[in-house]
Amino acid sequence: MSETVFDRTCDIAWCPGCGNFAILNLVKEAMSELELDPQQSVLVSGIGQAAKAPQYMNSHHFNGLHGRALPAATAIKASNPELTVIAESGEGDMYGEGGNHFIHCIRRNPNLTNIVHNNMVYGLTKGQASPTSQRGFVTPVQVSGVMTEPFNPLAVAISLNASFVARAYSAHRPQTLEVIKQAIAHNGYALIDILQPCVTFNHVNTYQWFEENTDYLDAGHDPSDRMQAFARAVDPEVMHLGVFYQQERPVFEAQLDAYAENPEPLYRRRLDMSKLNRLASQFK
Amino acid sequence: MTKNTRNEISIVLGGPAGAGIQTIEAILTQTLKSAGLHVFSSKEYMSRVRGGSNSVEIRASRVPVRAFVDRIDIFIPFDQATRERLQGRCHEQTLVAGDPEKLLPDGNFFELPLQQLAQEAGHKILANTIASGFLVGLMALDVSFLEATLEQKFGHQDASLLEQNLVAARVGWQVGSQAAVDRPPLFSVAATGNRAERLFLNGHQAVGLGAIAGGCSFISSYPMSPSTGVLTFLAKQAREFGIVVEQAEDEISAINMGIGSWYAGGRAMVTTSGGGFALMTEGVSLAGIVESPMVIHIAQRPGPGTGLPTRTEQGDLDLALYAGHGEFPRAILAPGTLEDAVRCAALAFDMADAAQSPVFILTDQYLLDSYYDVAELPLPKKPPESQIVETTVDYKRYSYSEDGVSPRGIPGFGQGIVRFDSDEHDEEGVITEDADVRIAMMDKRLEKFARLGGEHALPPQLYGAEEYSRLIVGWGSTCDTVIEALALIDDGQTAFLYCPQVFPVPDQVTDLIDKAEELVFIENNATGQFARLIHRETGLAADEHWLKYDGLPFSVEDVVALVNGEALV
Repeated sequence: MSETVFDRTCDIAWCPGCGNFAILNLVKEAMSELELDPQQSVLVSGIGQAAKAPQYMNSHHFNGLHGRALPAATAIKASNPELTVIAESGEGDMYGEGGNHFIHCIRRNPNLTNIVHNNMVYGLTKGQASPTSQRGFVTPVQVSGVMTEPFNPLAVAISLNASFVARAYSAHRPQTLEVIKQAIAHNGYALIDILQPCVTFNHVNTYQWFEENTDYLDAGHDPSDRMQAFARAVDPEVMHLGVFYQQERPVFEAQLDAYAENPEPLYRRRLDMSKLNRLASQFK
Repeated sequence: MTKNTRNEISIVLGGPAGAGIQTIEAILTQTLKSAGLHVFSSKEYMSRVRGGSNSVEIRASRVPVRAFVDRIDIFIPFDQATRERLQGRCHEQTLVAGDPEKLLPDGNFFELPLQQLAQEAGHKILANTIASGFLVGLMALDVSFLEATLEQKFGHQDASLLEQNLVAARVGWQVGSQAAVDRPPLFSVAATGNRAERLFLNGHQAVGLGAIAGGCSFISSYPMSPSTGVLTFLAKQAREFGIVVEQAEDEISAINMGIGSWYAGGRAMVTTSGGGFALMTEGVSLAGIVESPMVIHIAQRPGPGTGLPTRTEQGDLDLALYAGHGEFPRAILAPGTLEDAVRCAALAFDMADAAQSPVFILTDQYLLDSYYDVAELPLPKKPPESQIVETTVDYKRYSYSEDGVSPRGIPGFGQGIVRFDSDEHDEEGVITEDADVRIAMMDKRLEKFARLGGEHALPPQLYGAEEYSRLIVGWGSTCDTVIEALALIDDGQTAFLYCPQVFPVPDQVTDLIDKAEELVFIENNATGQFARLIHRETGLAADEHWLKYDGLPFSVEDVVALVNGEALV
């Protein structure tokens, strides 16, 4: 890959061959090609192997609690709308521990990008099922195989009328780079579920398995057609790749009363004491 | 009792939710204040939208009144159930007035056919205004004060609504005036002056005003009684003061949003009650390690579990004290007056910013739902000074410093990179498992306790006997009640130490407690949590605990009885 301003030289804790490497590089490249400024970009993550990605970049980062990246990211964007905000973590973090925030972040529609590394297994805790593990997937905890229905993030997002919904695959560099760029450029909440193999703990959903079980959306797919997008998202035959759904919706921070009369980020404002005294005098 | 020697009167209105008691509270308190009286009001209510039995107490006085009394001088029950429930608080001279269709006529009962009079005045909804007029007349106050209140309340709506209310007010007032003729000195409280410049507010408003004074620019919370009033207050001011207000999907989201906002340059708070705060505790710990300021308002109500959702208790001091895994600094403020609710809320933002740590404001339902008039509020003269620095290229978020406080940069302001990490980290904010760095970072964070206590702490206040042998120690909302009770007794040996900062324990608290021969703690909880904290921090143990945990506040009479060595009824 080419060098970017987001590169950082450091020790990386991932296993050799992990799909995370490809995603890290693609995110840096996408941000670089969009000419984003590291001083004006914040990567927000939770806990897990994927959540370490922001550590390995030259940019601001907020590595908070497990499952809580989206509330923090929403607030960061709402406190300083000039920042580019990317919430990046694994599927356990975003869809499991943070499932409620995932739902409500989509409803709010802040202008941020939600990148989810989806390897269908828990890596950091050593190989248990994740919300997207397939039925029958055997682990040290799910010893007789997973018996719950896998979480379908795309169908959930489309059902909530998310403003940008895409799926990509970490090993497909050019296509994934393009989708990440589109997602970041999109004005509003943008979900990219990025499939990736876990070479250490997932011996079912391997590089080969993804090649055999994924397929790009037809050239004729219309991303403004919500019903069609939903149908593709729940296709039992194959996991489609590409931009399923895209539409403009009012953006969360743009609608806040706090910005109705003043576009300045919160840190550049000062309390107007005359207003405060006027408010207090209303209690006479 | 032939005349009102107290120079004050206690009025209680009670009935099912939805009967309009709060409307009367709003109309009457404003009217009494404009008539030149000092006014206190407080409510107790059930956790339901309609029905049940709720009540409001309104005290009107020649001297400032700021606390709940058991005694009822005028009682207007709207149903028999409420009448029976509160009968024990009435005395021989208590005038009970109400609708004969709904109440059994016994005792000192005055027939006030509210429904009939309201229908005659035009609509049954006017019963509230008739009751207000009755009380104003009974207290021998001029009807014009009530008319002015109604004009303010209804004047901007359609003219016929105002007209109907003015008619109803006069009808009620005439009945009240007539009733007063038979009992002239009992219920009139001669007004002593102009109270127009005094401010009349409740605890929700005081905390909200204080938060704005502290520079609050972000609040994310999940509605929960009795904490929601602060959220609605700030929501109403969002545009005027540029406050980001968001109703979060849950309390976990709320506090993580708050910390995210501080990271990006906001000054954030959350408002919640014990059960909601329990969900926030991991976030408190996050604030500890990422060294984020955070302001947390806990409006206490009785637990455990859902407990008594609309009632009062001081049961969550331990929760605030120990919430969050790991060891890190925090401060807990517990205002006991409306002035201190403003002061503590504003101070919480500055303390949190200065020590880059979570700071709690502990209030309770009683303080929040109490109104009274104050001369002025302790609003700062200048806007708060933000501790945010412009970063340089070599900026390190967690640089070591003498007092443990690193300059706080934010993304987008300066040339540096701001790394925030919930894992143990080095000066740059990069994950580490280096044992030496771990120790250094723990020591650095714990150093910041100094910025929350000592000279930076909010000092306690001493009331009552200067040379005391017995010292009553309290925190939070018991303050005004104990002060009024001690003023009534004035035994020359008992003093009250009110502690608006409970943790870190201010040095003066230790000194003043150490001087007492007999140490008593008064707390609206079952186990004496503050006494335990003081014992842990100072080694000084309570001789006696005055505890109350029935969901109601201490009354002035309760405290008088306790000071006099009597048991609570």
